[in-house]
Amino acid sequence: MIELRNPANILTAIVIGLCAVVPFLAPALGEPFYVIVFARIMIWAIAAVSLNLIMGYGGMISFGHAVYLGIGGYTIGILAFHGVNNAWIQWPLGIGICALISLIFGAISLRTRGVYFIMITLALAQMIFFLSVSAERYGSDDGLNILGRSDFGLPFYNLSDKLTMYYTIFAFLLLSVFVSWRLIHSRFGVVMRAAKSNDTRVQAVGVSTYRYRLTAFVIAGVMCGIAGMLQANLENFVSPDMMNWPRSGELIFMVVLGGMSTLFGPVTGAFVFLMLSEILSTWTIHWHIIFGPFLVLVVIFARGGIAGLLTPRAARE
Amino acid sequence: MLKKMLGTAAVLTLMASPVAADIKIGFVTTLTTPVAVIGKDMRDAVELAMEHIGGKMAGEDVEIVYADDEFNSQKGKQATERLVLRDDVDIVAGYIWSNVLLASAPVVLNANKILISANAGPSPLAGAQCNANFFNIAWQNDQTPMALGELLNQQGVKSLYLVAPNYAAGQNMVAGVERTFKGEVVGKDMTVWPSQRDWSAELSKVKAAKPDGVFTFYPGPAGPAFIKQYQQAGLEGQVPLYSVYTLDSISLPLFQKAGMETVLGTKMTQFWAPDLDNAANKKFVADFRKKYGRYPSFYAAQSYDAIMFIKSGVEAVSGDIGNIDGMRAALKKADFDSIRGDFTFGNNHFPIQNFYERTVVKDADGNWTTAVGRAVLKDHQDPYASQCKM
Amino acid sequence: MDYVLLTEQFLNGFQLGIILFLMAAGLTLVFGIMDLVNLAHGSMFMIGAFVGGTIAVLTGSFIVGVVLMIPAMLVIGMVVEMTTLRTLYPRDHLDHVLATFGLILFFNEATRIIWGPEGLLVPLPAFLDGTVALGAITYPVYRIVIIVIGLAVALGLYLLVSHTRIGMLIRAGASNRTMAGALGVNIPLLFSIVFGIGAVLAGLAGLIITPITQAQIGMGEDVLILAFVVIVIGGIGSIRGAFIASIVTGVIDTMGRSFLDVFLLLFLPENAAESAGPALSSMLIYVLMAAILFFRPQGLFPPKGAGG
Repeated sequence: MIELRNPANILTAIVIGLCAVVPFLAPALGEPFYVIVFARIMIWAIAAVSLNLIMGYGGMISFGHAVYLGIGGYTIGILAFHGVNNAWIQWPLGIGICALISLIFGAISLRTRGVYFIMITLALAQMIFFLSVSAERYGSDDGLNILGRSDFGLPFYNLSDKLTMYYTIFAFLLLSVFVSWRLIHSRFGVVMRAAKSNDTRVQAVGVSTYRYRLTAFVIAGVMCGIAGMLQANLENFVSPDMMNWPRSGELIFMVVLGGMSTLFGPVTGAFVFLMLSEILSTWTIHWHIIFGPFLVLVVIFARGGIAGLLTPRAARE
Repeated sequence: MLKKMLGTAAVLTLMASPVAADIKIGFVTTLTTPVAVIGKDMRDAVELAMEHIGGKMAGEDVEIVYADDEFNSQKGKQATERLVLRDDVDIVAGYIWSNVLLASAPVVLNANKILISANAGPSPLAGAQCNANFFNIAWQNDQTPMALGELLNQQGVKSLYLVAPNYAAGQNMVAGVERTFKGEVVGKDMTVWPSQRDWSAELSKVKAAKPDGVFTFYPGPAGPAFIKQYQQAGLEGQVPLYSVYTLDSISLPLFQKAGMETVLGTKMTQFWAPDLDNAANKKFVADFRKKYGRYPSFYAAQSYDAIMFIKSGVEAVSGDIGNIDGMRAALKKADFDSIRGDFTFGNNHFPIQNFYERTVVKDADGNWTTAVGRAVLKDHQDPYASQCKM
Repeated sequence: MDYVLLTEQFLNGFQLGIILFLMAAGLTLVFGIMDLVNLAHGSMFMIGAFVGGTIAVLTGSFIVGVVLMIPAMLVIGMVVEMTTLRTLYPRDHLDHVLATFGLILFFNEATRIIWGPEGLLVPLPAFLDGTVALGAITYPVYRIVIIVIGLAVALGLYLLVSHTRIGMLIRAGASNRTMAGALGVNIPLLFSIVFGIGAVLAGLAGLIITPITQAQIGMGEDVLILAFVVIVIGGIGSIRGAFIASIVTGVIDTMGRSFLDVFLLLFLPENAAESAGPALSSMLIYVLMAAILFFRPQGLFPPKGAGG
């Protein structure tokens, strides 16, 4: 369970605690800008949690995971473009489409392993990216403005209210971590983790690892798609560059930075990655030349990411 | 760990303390990634403008806060939010890319601040999403290619082949040409952008189609690559090449250094040229060349105009930057010495202006630049103005 | 049927395939022998273009630029391998991907600081710049030169790998690295040399395509993705597979761009064909890769007994 003296967990608690109070704390400190920054970080954190499910625990390195942000986001965008603002149509449809596409992509990709898997997930994501850039009707790479947020038709719950939007994202972040936790500690999770360390042995026991992997892939795809739908609502805007391959690469980094196959690693990873880029970019425009080697050093020396650095040896799995 | 967090919070609060300038203008452009060369040109022009006005508007000190959109709409939006919410700027200007502008515009407009685009002119902002606080000091994306279509008609081109990149700007350029061109389109190739930089397949098709003219649009470093391959395919001198936004003062020096004479004599259309004959433009171009040793691009010209435009609005309200209504009324009049000469705004706050034919030539000092010709379209208004309800 | 156009497009596709091959050959060697997923291979492509291009511009001779680029890239490649990549060999592929991705950011920014953001235009000597008549076709001279260079390199690589001592060591290392090391082969030095060769091949590809497409920051990343697609189709570690897959990929991509819109017009209204054409032709290579991986996950020509 979660130990309170583990510095990694303390960091996580601080990050989540900050996320909870920033809408009140930031304006009080005269920094309303950071409310939006935190809202964005939380959305990326949800996407990172979903990637961690398949990458951290399942060993499937998907270099095309950001595509589900785009699929979820564009479902909302295209429906809104045609005048459908009803959340009860938008959200189920978005979830359904993400599930279908991740099922198809997963079925193709999971026939391969290792670097083949990486390349094929990248290639499939590129296909969707090119498709969205050629779609002149839906703005191509100019993006699509979404004039109204998803309308749930409930008088007490209106996403156009900033606080409601923020805490909806926060709630989904907690929900995604919870789902992640339940999955990992269930029989399903045990099979996935076993398959990650020794696939042949698991198959020898008679368990079809392919089906478990595919299920995990679909769950991750849907979770990421929901993050995309939240993003479309937050930004009132979708564009292809939310799902290109550098975005997928950044997601992988967030997961590794925070500590792969730890529950809260992706959350702290997303937080550190995005806060660092925001702060560094205000210092100098050449920040990439610092950031690049920084990432390389993290990979070479900090094997378990931030969680690995902070967790005392005795507590490590 | 806790200490680190508190320390960061302290630094952040310190960074937020107000700077002592009376008028703050936020300028969003691209300062990193390979296309930063455009941002550099715009920044240089803004600095020149600041020099010309002595860093003051209506007696108040002016500070320009530059922000980098990193050629990405979400990062550009975050940069805009930083300007509006953290740096507390009074006016926001800039924006090279339509997708960054479309994502960021609501941030500025919802805060009831004035937003001035110094380049991007997407049709939604000219039409249904027009806004009283938004002004475009450049052009609407469809206008320049529409002028080119008209030029093609005037040059007697009866059959045309189009090669352009398959993204929003490329699609807009092609649509604009097709709006006004009266001849026959014998071929159209929309190429993968930005990864495809080898057009051998498309150029072979052009050769086979034998058109009267070829239209192309490849901004940035892709332009020289396309033209080089055009020449190598043997099309130079065989089929005249017409372009928009492909040959400008940023790429021409590169062509000249490489001795690619093939570009001399090609034609394009634009609302401005370095040799446009009016006092403001002469001063701008001469001082830009003196200070930076190169000709300014249209991005630079637009950015220079943006600062002068803002100055006219600030002076009309005697420096009372909080008087948004007053500023807006003054800005609508476009009462300043623009580098393009006199022009007016349409109801959607986009310029109604001339578009000229430009030819690539060698100037008196042997530098490659463009020479302006006659106006192909006079006092032209963009086709989306009627969709704007203002 | 326009046979002139068809032949020209075939030549175009073949030439594209040659460039892909030069990239893919280095990549598949490095991956096959050292088991290293190297995303910074694209940066070698870019560095070769800038370094070689600068030499060409300074000395006024493109040929001198090409010749001097070879030892330059060999040194640069070996230095990169010895300083940064050596620590990555015992690690898993994810670490390779991440570390080399960080290298890309570093190299891009370093190039921007040294050469500025505008890129580099490299002129060709006049005798290489025109067109030549091949029967009914007029074809650019330089593209034929590229094809010739590529075929020469392919032949050279084949001779190197199958008829020289070093080639034998390379094949041994690819088959079973541990065994080769146990037999006294200096594996670290071998790896450095192989990486250096890969860097030279990538740099050559970058430099010879530069007079056509101009040197630009980040130019390696797009070719890199295609190169990965090629080696996945061809079979990782196999140079023969890389050659065949490159040519096939180049020809299919070019034919797709040339004739797909005409083909679609047969059963789609003009508007739909016009927008679907470019979209589909951009996806064609990926569809091909997905199809091949679906039926033959190890690629068309996986090297025999690969392991170690």
